[in-house]
Formats: sequence, C-alpha cells, structure tokens
Amino acid sequence: MSTETTAQMAFWILVGFTFAGAALAVFPRNIVYNVLGLSLALAGVGGLFFYLGSFFIALMQLLIYVGAITIAIVFAIMLSPPLHLQVPKRPVEKVAAAGAASFFFLLAILGVVFRTQWVPAAERSSDWSVETLGHMMLTRYDLVFEVISLVLLVAIIGAIVTAGFTRRLSS
Amino acid sequence: MNTLGTYLIIGAVLFSLGLLGVLQRRNLIAMLISVELMLNGANVNFMAFNRFLAPEPAVGQIITLFVMGLAAAEAAIGLSIILALFRRLHSINVERAQSLKG
Repeated sequence: MSTETTAQMAFWILVGFTFAGAALAVFPRNIVYNVLGLSLALAGVGGLFFYLGSFFIALMQLLIYVGAITIAIVFAIMLSPPLHLQVPKRPVEKVAAAGAASFFFLLAILGVVFRTQWVPAAERSSDWSVETLGHMMLTRYDLVFEVISLVLLVAIIGAIVTAGFTRRLSS
Repeated sequence: MNTLGTYLIIGAVLFSLGLLGVLQRRNLIAMLISVELMLNGANVNFMAFNRFLAPEPAVGQIITLFVMGLAAAEAAIGLSIILALFRRLHSINVERAQSLKG
C-alpha cells in the first residue's frame, strides 16, 4: 500500500518534470535554455516509458534522445558562435494566433480522448521480453529494419556532404 | 495503476507544446527542438496504447524504436542544413530564408 502511493507520487513528480522541461524548451528566448529544457523533458518521457512497462525503451530513450540528439543540437549551437543570438521579437498578433491554434488543437485531441470508448484487444499476450522484440524485428519487421538502416546511412552521408562542402566552397 | 487517459493527456499536452513552439518561434534550432517534443508526444501515445490495448506488446515498442531512429536521422539532416544556411545567410531566422519566394 505504501509503495503504491510512493510510486504514484513519483509518477506525478516525473510528469511535473516533463511538463516543466517542455515549457522550458518552448518559451524562453535563449536557445541554450531551450536545449536544457528539452533534455529534461526527454528524460522525463523516458521515465514515463519505464512506468508503461518497458525498461528497454526507457534506456533507448535516454541513450538516443538525451545522449545523442541533445548533444548534436548543443554541438550545432556551439559550432556557429552567433547562433545563441536572439532573433527579433515577433508581432503580438502572430504569437496570439499560434497560441490559439495550438490550444484548439489540444482541445480537439482531449475531446477525442474523452469521448472515445477504448476497447482492449480480445486476447493479449503478456510477452514484454527483449528477446521477443529482437526476434520480431528480424523476422516480421525485417524490411522496416533494413529501410531504417538505409535511411540512417543516407542521413549520415547527407549531413557530411551538406555541412562539409558548403564550408569548403565558402572559405 | 494509471489509466490510459492519463498517458494520452500527457502525450497530447507534449504535442501541443511542440506545435506552439513550431508556430511561434522563428529560430530554426528552436523549431527543431519543438519537432522533437512533438515526436515524443506521439511516442508516449504509442507506448500507452501498447500497454493498455494492443494484442502484442512488442509491436508498439518496435514502432517507438523506429520513430527514435527516424528522429535521429531528421536531427542530423536538419542540423547540417541549418549550419549550411547559417553560413550562407548569417542568420538562423527562418523568415530570412526566402530566396525561393515568388
């Protein structure tokens, strides 16, 4: 009973960290605060994955998002020194229109969530092991796996070409 | 212990914050950060449906892994394009990049 309430409390603290990080990633005008808030929010989402029963995906979230993507964004900020400069302020009506649009989107999604009668599948297997994951990835989903590998390879080569050649041409 | 609705609301709020960032900010890197937030909201949805509704719990985890791989590719390409654009325009304000505007 006590562990249950403790877990529930930890869950809500985690949700608070996630939302605080997301707000920090969107609202401040300094880009460095944005990156720090993004890493906080991503780590919080990793904790949510842990609560959703998948320790493996939580680890992958920490490894890929917090470990790789955030570091890549930090490197992009550092490689071009004036990148931390702020862009001029936007007109108030555009900011208000953006806020209204995303607020109505949130209302629509919440309406869908609350009005739909979610029905679980008739028979559900309880196999959460990483072995099953790897087995399915190499049997039923092997085409998608290969395509993702190809996309990553093309992205790496494209990033090198895009970022490298322009420097050579301009300097 | 938590219901499906809790996780769906969390995912919706994350996605909406990301949408607000994409619409409101004009700094290219901040827009990329907001897109990452939107992808994470979608991932929370996938994992929640996987936990509460899906017949096979492995499928949602595989989809989440694929989304993470695509996000990594997108971040690499996007950041290199931002760097190239910055060298050419000396600005990361997206409204300056309008050479193709008619």
